[in-house]
Amino acid sequence: MALLAQQIPRWLNSIKLSSFLTAMQLRKCFPRAGKTLLPGFFAQPQLSSDDCFLRSGFKTYRTSSVWNGSQFTNSSTQEIKCAPNTLLPSVNEPSQKIPSFDSELSLEGLDDLPPLSPLQPISEEEAVQIIADPALPPSSFTLRDYVDHSETLKKLVLLGVDLSKIEKHPDAANLLLRLDFEKDIKQILLFLKDLGIEDNQLGTFLTKNYAIFSEDLENLKTRVAYLLSKNFSKVDIAQMVRNAPFLLSFSVERLDNRLGFFQKELELSVKKTRDLVIRLPRLLTGSLEPVKENMKVYRLELGFKHNEIQHMITKIPKMLTASKRKVTETFDYVHNVMCIPHHIIVKFPQVFNSRLFKVKERHLFLAYLGRAQYDPGKPNYISLDKLVSVPDEIFCEEMAKASVQDFEKFLKTL
Amino acid sequence: MGLDGLARLHGLFAAYKPPGLKWKHLRDTVELQLLKGLNAGKRPASEHRVRFLLGPVEGSEEKELTLTATSVPTLIDHPLVRGPAFTSLKIGMGHRLDAQASGVLVLGVGRGRRLLTDMYNAHLTKDYTVHGLLGKATDDFCEDGRLVEKTTYDHVTREKLERILSLIQGSHQKALVMYSNVDLQTQEAYEMAVSGVLRPMNKSPMLVTGIRCLQFAPPEFLLEVQCMHETQKQLRRLVHEIGLELKSTAVCTQVRRTRDGFFTLDDALLRTQWDLPSIQDAIQSAAPRVAAELENNLRPGLGTQ
Repeated sequence: MALLAQQIPRWLNSIKLSSFLTAMQLRKCFPRAGKTLLPGFFAQPQLSSDDCFLRSGFKTYRTSSVWNGSQFTNSSTQEIKCAPNTLLPSVNEPSQKIPSFDSELSLEGLDDLPPLSPLQPISEEEAVQIIADPALPPSSFTLRDYVDHSETLKKLVLLGVDLSKIEKHPDAANLLLRLDFEKDIKQILLFLKDLGIEDNQLGTFLTKNYAIFSEDLENLKTRVAYLLSKNFSKVDIAQMVRNAPFLLSFSVERLDNRLGFFQKELELSVKKTRDLVIRLPRLLTGSLEPVKENMKVYRLELGFKHNEIQHMITKIPKMLTASKRKVTETFDYVHNVMCIPHHIIVKFPQVFNSRLFKVKERHLFLAYLGRAQYDPGKPNYISLDKLVSVPDEIFCEEMAKASVQDFEKFLKTL
Repeated sequence: MGLDGLARLHGLFAAYKPPGLKWKHLRDTVELQLLKGLNAGKRPASEHRVRFLLGPVEGSEEKELTLTATSVPTLIDHPLVRGPAFTSLKIGMGHRLDAQASGVLVLGVGRGRRLLTDMYNAHLTKDYTVHGLLGKATDDFCEDGRLVEKTTYDHVTREKLERILSLIQGSHQKALVMYSNVDLQTQEAYEMAVSGVLRPMNKSPMLVTGIRCLQFAPPEFLLEVQCMHETQKQLRRLVHEIGLELKSTAVCTQVRRTRDGFFTLDDALLRTQWDLPSIQDAIQSAAPRVAAELENNLRPGLGTQ
């Protein structure tokens, strides 16, 4: 199992073991002083191919190579460390490692130093220099094991990124471990700051859209330029990106299609469509099927006219993405039980945004008290938006003219 | 707050289930609210760990390297790395209520779940108010079911209804004695029956220990039922059968549990009160009563054990 971990190709194509973060990808990111890195560094391939070593009895060779001429091994670690671009795909790495291992073995024969055994006494200085830190686990299900050893992860935590959520997606976690803060992440962070996202908002943004690090900076700039060309102001774009973090991961064609769809479907003016999208940017990132369904529901099932739907949607954009079943249940209760006609519902579309049980409880209480009057023409009129939006105390005091205890007693009789 | 909040969260409490809500959703909502409350508290996170680092010894002339224990800042226990402290809670459910019924629902948290079993084994009675509607019959005995029959109900009077109810109570009384597995000839059993504590202590079909009519305004009537080992569907069927006995038909419009064992409507928490502090207070206030009642009921000498 651990052996397989080495064979995951660099671009994470293997689904089988994607649940494991591999230490192979960590090597690049863990700069350490030469000697102290030594045992840990070599411990890793050994650990992961532990069973094969045990079988072929390499153990003695391992310890001997570790304690061997540190100059030689130092230089080899330096090479591997300082050439991050040559981090080869892991498929080649075992084969790379083992030939070098063999070369060490053969070179070792050339050296004059006798092989050391673990039972041989050594001097105090050498004893002190044994670093016996527990080695990093080669694969893990959590980023906690790696956070102290990776500068990237440390800086991300200090920015406010929630690693406990990201580690649930193993691809994302592997990506973050592999990236280098200075080279890849910094540029994108600076770009986001330019866009207008504040420091304290970067954390929540990155927790949701960690995939932005694998995007090309040029693409992101093109998409922002496209939005600017559609007359979205910089402030608006910043707000949209904050509320819908995946916005910039959509290509220009997709954004164009979506904006076109909303303009055609809703038949609103360009400015109103723009305001709608700024208020609810997840319209651009979500699926379009529910929106089409909901438009049909409002028109055919609930019987609203097109201009009424337009008015309701400009006031409460969430209605476009609301669940069809909940919308029909709410409308059924409001129209058939509370007997409120269409034109009054159109004036107060907030009723579709609130929980149905709240509407039911308050209406039944008012009906019990005889104050359920929703006709604006008559006295003691109660408006729908106040019915659903005010908190309990104000509702009881102003609209029901009763105490909160009475409301609670009534609720226990339902 | 988190850990000592959890310490006070062991025991039984009652929630008021509104109609239209499934009992499982109620349990999940309560769990979510409790977790929110527990995770909101501050938790002690160690921000340093001890590592043995190689460094030069202070105050020595030669370059000597020794290991010194140093406290190194660490991010291992940072809340953003570790995640929320509490991710699940064990909440058990007492006698269930189906989606259309409402009323007192007993829930047990943590060590209180054991008390739920004790409550079940105590075989206590429950109180219901049942609203009936004369004049129609449906297939699932509810008002919104498929209509099967419509009848007149002008001939139905309160006396007829009360006669039917006393007949029902009488027949259930006989069944009560039978399922209690006691010999009524003994003095002990007689005394228990007289004081009203006689009841079966193992599985039995639905038994109605008391039923009476609170209001009668045709076509609507309101019954109060005390029963055990029931389901709400059987109560609705009871209303249907009462309608048939009255030579008319009836459906049940509302089933509401007012008492479950020793938890009454006053103890039940409403939806707005399903949060950590109210539930903790409810558990604390119910704890002595629960302990006393369960001890009473589990004492030997009560029916057959």
